[in-house]
Amino acid sequence: MANMAQAIRMALHYAEENLGVTDIFGEDVGAPLGGVFTCTQGLKTAWNSPLDERGIIGAAMGIALGGGRPVAEIQFCDYVYNTIDLLKLAGNTCWASNGDWNLPMVVRTPVGSGIRGSIYHSHSFDATMTHIPGWKVVMPSTPLDAYGLLISACKEQNPVMFLEPKALLRVKGDERIPGEPDDDRALSKMIDAPLGDRSQWKPQWPAELEAFAIPIGKGKLLREGTQLTVVSYGRTLPLCSRAAQTLADEGISVEVIDLRSLWPYDWEMIKTSVQKTGRVLFVNEDTEVTNFGEHLLRRTVEELFYSLLAPPRLVAGKFIPGIGLADTLEMASVPQQNDITDALRSLAGEQP
Amino acid sequence: MSRPRLIKESSAPLPLDRELLVRIHDLMVKTRVLEERLIQMYKQGHGYFWIGGPGEEAFNVPLGLLMKKGQGPEYDYLHAHYRQSGTLLALGEEPIGALRQMKNTASDPYSGGRNFAGHFSLRKYNVAPVSSPIEVQYSIAPGTAMMQKRVGGDGITIVTGGDAGTAEGDFATCLIWSSRPANPLPVLIIVTNNKWGISTSAEGQHGEPRVSERGKAFNIRSKTINGNDPVEAYNELKEAMEYVRTERKPFLLEANVSRLYGHSSASGANYVSEEIDCLKQFETRLEADGVLTRQQMDELRNRYTEDMAAAARIARDEPLPAPETIWKHIFAEDK
Repeated sequence: MANMAQAIRMALHYAEENLGVTDIFGEDVGAPLGGVFTCTQGLKTAWNSPLDERGIIGAAMGIALGGGRPVAEIQFCDYVYNTIDLLKLAGNTCWASNGDWNLPMVVRTPVGSGIRGSIYHSHSFDATMTHIPGWKVVMPSTPLDAYGLLISACKEQNPVMFLEPKALLRVKGDERIPGEPDDDRALSKMIDAPLGDRSQWKPQWPAELEAFAIPIGKGKLLREGTQLTVVSYGRTLPLCSRAAQTLADEGISVEVIDLRSLWPYDWEMIKTSVQKTGRVLFVNEDTEVTNFGEHLLRRTVEELFYSLLAPPRLVAGKFIPGIGLADTLEMASVPQQNDITDALRSLAGEQP
Repeated sequence: MSRPRLIKESSAPLPLDRELLVRIHDLMVKTRVLEERLIQMYKQGHGYFWIGGPGEEAFNVPLGLLMKKGQGPEYDYLHAHYRQSGTLLALGEEPIGALRQMKNTASDPYSGGRNFAGHFSLRKYNVAPVSSPIEVQYSIAPGTAMMQKRVGGDGITIVTGGDAGTAEGDFATCLIWSSRPANPLPVLIIVTNNKWGISTSAEGQHGEPRVSERGKAFNIRSKTINGNDPVEAYNELKEAMEYVRTERKPFLLEANVSRLYGHSSASGANYVSEEIDCLKQFETRLEADGVLTRQQMDELRNRYTEDMAAAARIARDEPLPAPETIWKHIFAEDK
């Protein structure tokens, strides 16, 4: 099975061939590197931009205004912060012009911890991004979802922020992307750029890739359960799945929801689950103050209060200025396996 | 740096044909009367804020007249700032639209009552939405130019902003992205220099003798012109646009202009008599050259004043947008 970086690459290839994507660009996105995480290797519309994030977002907006369909990359979300007012502008262009203009553009950026990236390669962006209306925001946790959400993003008439959990970019999926070859090594030979001189290299794209689309706004019920709901996305999602398995062995039934889309998001799925279980834990790794999970928690309290058997809870990153490089520091800063398993176990046992 | 041309000599005959001079004058008067009406509406409580471009008519009107008007990358894009009413009227817009935006009525054609005066948006003529943040348009402009270069044809991207805002990184972004040897872009980069950033003088903002000289470092052809002279502005814009159209390369044009009513209503919006008034100056020349008589020009102004007053009365009585419309257009529907 493809890993997430390969899935993204295949989706972008499909999109530039079939969905009208005109420009895939950003710092080191074009040849020879094809992205620091290899997500854009071998793509025919990929090009290298100047080292200028504001220029990248601005150019994407301009390309979209000019009738193109850009997919821009910010190399690490830690470097997107000097573009916030342009993101705000992209988000309000349709609204401010009373529907006159719209921006069909995608911005991809790797987010989160997990590669020991220290202070400027570990940050999350979901809390900040979900404060900017006018954008659709997605964050896959599997290669198949990454493929399907990116296909949807490339068909959108509106700006889409595609957050890539960098800890999962190299993780192979359990589900086959329609059209991908059965043999992983064959896939790698076809679409991974070789080390060394790449000037003569051309990828061999799988011929049967298709417009397999995952609708933006739909969550995925990953595991059914009856006593407890856990809602997460991105890097922490597989940790929640493993926690659910651990607790299943202890006789506790946990329902796992992969939100996948942060805006719009699948409230119906959360609601149905919480009404069934009465207990819910939200998990993400962005800093916990004014965190997107807090929004979900607030809505849960306001709308589902009488279905609750215990206070809804949030496990998120510590509200500290950065994620330190040392193993001990990173592990203490953002949710790890034990934090999630313990929180779920504690929530399961909570009695009034 | 441009050498002064003979056309600046008041004794030399006006080098544009009469019909064009009359048209430019007509639009300059129309723009000035519109801006004065907008200011009046603000002062009478028929709007919350005024910002606009009185003092830039001599430059903005020729710009609109010279634009290749239409929708899509075959035509010119305009990424404007909020002093551009003269350009919009020259493109053929009716002034009542600006009055409606001032009164933030539901009928406001540029933002449906959502945005300030002077914040135009006109997709049918490739006018990108004007926004309040200073200079963001300079980061966006290279994108439309990239599409135009790729599509072929002679459409260009025009981006305008003030001198104070060139301190923002977006201005450098525009210079850099437009002039990369790997992909030079057809962008006409315009700075209208009124020598002020709200209350801060040029001395508090710039070390460079001319903003246009910043283009030199990037091998961008650059020029500073007198933006208070509509004839010079027309000719220089025409030349710069032709260069960008045919060479598919950027051009940096700095136009020295006046700020006739201050920064905005926040600074009072009163006439600043120390600044050069491009309209008065032009009318003196038109009269001296026998293009128009004082009486003709007075009649024109009176007629526009009456028209604008009537239009303002219409706008004043129109309904505000309904509260539930706040939810409209957050997202575009799939087309």
